[in-house]
Order: sequence, then C-alpha cells, then structure tokens
Amino acid sequence: MNAEASVAEDFLLDVRNLEVEFPTLRGTIHALQGVTFQLRRRETLGLAGETGCGKSVTALAILRLISPPGRIRRGVILFEGRDLIAASEAEMRDLRGSQISMILQEPKMSLNPVIRVGDQVAETLLVHDRTLSRRAAKDQAIEMLATLDIPDPHRIARRYPHELSGGMAQRVMIAMMLVTRPKLLIADEPTSALDVTIQAQILELMKALKREINTAVLLITHDLGVMAETCDRVAVMYAGSVVEKGPVTTVLRRPRHPYTQGLLRTIPNDVAQDQPLFSIRGQVPSLLQPPIGCAFAPRCDQAMPECAETVPPQYGLEVDHHVACFLHRGTGSTYSQIP
Amino acid sequence: MSDNGTQPLLEIRDLTVHVALREGLLQRNRGVVQAVNGVSLVLARGEIFGLVGESGCGKTTLGRAVVGLAPVLSGTIRFAGESVIGVTGRAAKDRARRIQLIFQDPYSSLHPRKTVRDLVGVGLKLHGLARGYEIDERVLAVLEGVGLGLDHLYRYAHEFSGGQRQRIALARALILKPELLILDEPTSALDVSVQAQTLNLLKELRRQFDLTYLFISHNLGVVRYMSRRTGVMYLGHIVEMGATEELFRRPQHPYTRVLLSALPSLDPEAPSRRRVLTGEPPTPINPPPGCPFAPRCPDVEEICGREKPVLLRRSSDPTHVCACHFPQLNEQKTNGK
Repeated sequence: MNAEASVAEDFLLDVRNLEVEFPTLRGTIHALQGVTFQLRRRETLGLAGETGCGKSVTALAILRLISPPGRIRRGVILFEGRDLIAASEAEMRDLRGSQISMILQEPKMSLNPVIRVGDQVAETLLVHDRTLSRRAAKDQAIEMLATLDIPDPHRIARRYPHELSGGMAQRVMIAMMLVTRPKLLIADEPTSALDVTIQAQILELMKALKREINTAVLLITHDLGVMAETCDRVAVMYAGSVVEKGPVTTVLRRPRHPYTQGLLRTIPNDVAQDQPLFSIRGQVPSLLQPPIGCAFAPRCDQAMPECAETVPPQYGLEVDHHVACFLHRGTGSTYSQIP
Repeated sequence: MSDNGTQPLLEIRDLTVHVALREGLLQRNRGVVQAVNGVSLVLARGEIFGLVGESGCGKTTLGRAVVGLAPVLSGTIRFAGESVIGVTGRAAKDRARRIQLIFQDPYSSLHPRKTVRDLVGVGLKLHGLARGYEIDERVLAVLEGVGLGLDHLYRYAHEFSGGQRQRIALARALILKPELLILDEPTSALDVSVQAQTLNLLKELRRQFDLTYLFISHNLGVVRYMSRRTGVMYLGHIVEMGATEELFRRPQHPYTRVLLSALPSLDPEAPSRRRVLTGEPPTPINPPPGCPFAPRCPDVEEICGREKPVLLRRSSDPTHVCACHFPQLNEQKTNGK
C-alpha cells in the first residue's frame, strides 16, 4: 500500500496530525503532538500506551470534548469524510451518542445514580429521536440489555446503578452506548476496573457484539493482553505520538519500535523467578517541554545522534505496518510515508 | 507445614474475620460480612508468599488482620512465635515496627503536605529510634536504597510519579527494619514499565534486608513471577495453595483453573482456552453453606452444595493442597503458555 492509496481509501475515522495542548500556569502541556491513524468500518483498533501518553485525550478530541483552556491546536479529524474539528457544537451534539459513543473505565461514575438504569438506556434513544415514544424506547432498551446477556433484563432495568455489581454496571453502560447502533464505539479502558473473571465475560461479550452489531471500535487500553484478544489493528502511543501501528499480530509478534519492544518485554510473562524483569530505563518525558526529536530517544538504547534532533516520520514496513523510528528508514520492502 | 522444624515467621491458624455491616442513617446492623473464614497459612522466614483472588475474596482483610487492622473473631496469628491478636502497649508497638503494610494506592497513602523527609522519618520518631540529624541520615540512606536521593528529601509527595511514590512508601516501611512486609497490590496502580522496575526493586530489597513478603495481588502474572508459594482465595477461603510453579502448571481447583484461563493471552492467534464463568461472585454477607465456589462452579455436583470441602493434599506433591470434592489432577494448558 502506498501513501496515495491510503488517502483514497474510505475510512470511517481518519485522524491526521492531531495536536492538542493544555495551557497551565507552569506552561503549555503538549498532550498530542501530531497523532495520525485511521480506522476502517467494523474494525477494532487498539490504542495502547502508558499513563499520560495521550490515549484518552485522543478519544476526547474525536468527540470534541477537550475542556477549555485545553484546545485542538492543529490537525484533521474526518468521520465519514466530515471534518469534526470544523463541525458546529450542535452538529457534534447530534453525533455524540448516536454515531459515536464512548464507554468509560468506571461505569458507576458515568451512570446517573438516581435514575433507573433502564430509563438511562432509553434516554439515549429519546435524546436522538424525538419521534420515538417512551414505551418504544424502553422496549428497545430492554432488548439491548438482553443482547448483552443481562439475566432478567426487565428486573435489572428497574434497578439503580448502586444496586448493580461492577460487571453488570459495565454491561448497562455498553447497552446504553450501543442502543443507538453507533458507527463508532470508543471504549476507554472498559475492563480495567473489573476482576479477571468478569473481564473475561465482558471480553467474550465484546467479541460477540462485534460480529453482531457491526460497530467499529476504538479500544483504549494499557493491557496488551486485552488488546491481543479483541483488536484487529493497534496503534502504540508514547508521549503524545503514535510510534507504531499495524495489524495486532504483526505488532505484538514482531514489534519494530524500540518502545513497543521494551513494553512487551516488561510484562512478567514466562520470566523465570531468578531473572530480573526487563525495564525501560529513565522516565516518560515531561510534556511541558517534550524532547525536540524522537520523544523516546532519551530512553532508547539504540538512539542515534539525529534522533535527538528530528522527529522521525512514519516508515511503512510490511503491509499496513508503520513505525516512527529512524532505525527503519528504507528497510521496508514497500517504503512509504504517511504525510 | 513449618519448614524443616525451624520456627515460621508468620503462622495463621483457622483465622476468621467477620465485619458487621452497618447501613443507613441509624447504622443498623444489616448482617455480617464473613470476610475471612477459617484461613490457615504459614510463612517461612525469607519467603515470598503470593495471595491471589478477586475483589471481595478477603485477601486484603487477611493482610490487615495480621497488622491488627481487622477484627479477629477466632483463630490465631503468631508472629515469630508470639500471638499478635489483641496485643496492646509495647507489644503492639513492637509488632507495628516489625510488620509493615504497603498499600496499593501510592497517591492516597502519602500525606500531601509533608515532605519526603517527614514521611519517611516519622516512624523513627514514633518508635523513638532516632532524633535530630540522625533521622536525616537514616532517611537519606534508606532513600538511596530504593533509588531516590538527596534532591528528593525536601519535596512533597505530589511532585512524584506513581512509581516514585511507591518507592517512598517502601522507604517509609524499610527504615524501621521490619521483618515482614505485607504488600497489598503494590503495583496495581502502576504502568507496566514502572511495575517491572518496582518488582525488581522488591526482589532486590528482600535479598538485601532479609525480608519476608506476603504479596497480595489480583495479577496472576505478577504473582507467578514473584512468589515461591501461592494461595488462591475465594469468598474468604483459601481454596488452593502450593508451590507457585506447580500451582500454575497443575491447578486442581476449578476456580484456579478458571482464573488462569481468564487471562488474556499476548498472542493474538493463540486459540482461546477460556472457561467463562457465569454470574458474579456471591457476596460474603450470606455465603453458601457448602463449597463457596459451588454456585458458579462449572463442575459442580450435588455434594458441593451441602458439604464444605477441606484443604487436603490431592496429588503426590505434599505442599500442594486443594479444597474441592472433585479436584482436577491433570495438567491444564493456560493461555499463552
């Protein structure tokens, strides 16, 4: 695939050179510094990275929910070809919840504690469709709860959020977000607050839903295992930039960016007890004064002089696999660069 | 089960912790949470014992009972041969020095308005172990031991990252020269790369200071890497316990098997061998009469609902015990292994 082909392809979501900044008293935090990635229809893309790398800010920017004084400084966000950055607030309000939905990490904090959960699910429908009757909305809500394997949905619909367990609340949250059949579902750490056996239930459910509902998913997670299991493609972020992206199998089996490689090695999987765990030396850079060149260069064992001076572009390696690292300049068989 | 006749550092026998559940404006008694139910556990000096389980299984309460922060209904806890239940005065203070608890959240466990010097040095003062400049010297020495230094001494907790805060919490515990560290999810709030650094540090500190760890975690990968022996808790009971590698390779209890299979594999093309449990863990308020796992167990039989199985050796390995009427004795293939 070359650059022209990727531009011409009809993406559901096309994010290019997205820059987001937050002015603070201590200076400007450069949260996103040129994030570029694409999401195809019905695809699940994982956005991976550690705390502060910008994964959640990316999601909020797509929904135009960056609260002032934070702002989108530059970039393009195309959703079905429509420029979301240029869209009016009214257009965005119409889009949120109906075309693009978002699930957050703590379901109980996102649900209204004093409204029955069934009504909350139905409300999402009513907000976007004035012609719908309350009764019809409620029926659809209960049907959706049933789709999410919620036992006895009529009874659960009458409960308040505090009466539900974490796993059940997350199902309600997912129901609320899917009931409008959005084209894009953004899930920000949807299983991180759940126990492993409940996480397993939700992951199986999400895989089943993917087949049934045909929604594209942008899955934000720090858990590479969760990503391996649910995503088609992944984008790894570091300090406000995407450093590597590609099909999930390629990235996890043959990571090419030193950061992705390091991240995978730090996981204590199959490491003998007498061996120390691999750890990436140093710390994540401050986004108040991000490094001039590659943000990972100060921690990278393979850094070259130019890494400290110039931000590396995305080099195309195999089909659909891009790495922002000078080590891979010209090494790919199909050399291309995404602008 | 004491090792070669030497005295174990920590010996817990039939420990039961019940917490009254009070609710509402009038704080009426709404039942009893049976947080820990007849747990026995022996830690040899110098070992790392991993305690795994999901939220509400009682692992945190067990750790808190050891330091006297949970009401013990029955059973014994002996530390270095002496009972520590209900101790007061000098004995309580002595225990408070020798057993240290490290909390999960390094953001809420450090006082935001005290400097690192005060945070780390407070124990020395409380126990009357040092004063004046000697505190500074010892604080500095212990900070260096956990990878911090002089320029961190007069800074506040909020100026540090999660990993650094956890180092401060460790320094605060280590300065008292404890023998047992109860680590309650010490890396759960940290990113994986910081987690790796912290786990390496914990292993290093154990060697250096001859420490014993009760390592509480819900993360099976971390426990497998850290602990020599592992206990699996479910609804207040230890349902299986054994040498870590043996337990992970040949889990006998259906719950342990489910727990291990629930872990997502890092290999996207690995076939999923997951056994998904239906339902949620029952609450420890009114636990089922028989086996605590029976209501969710995929292999449940009639007897399980009636009779509570006891922890018994089920295989040739004498250290591996399991509380199940129908333990599985063949090897289980786990995800990604």
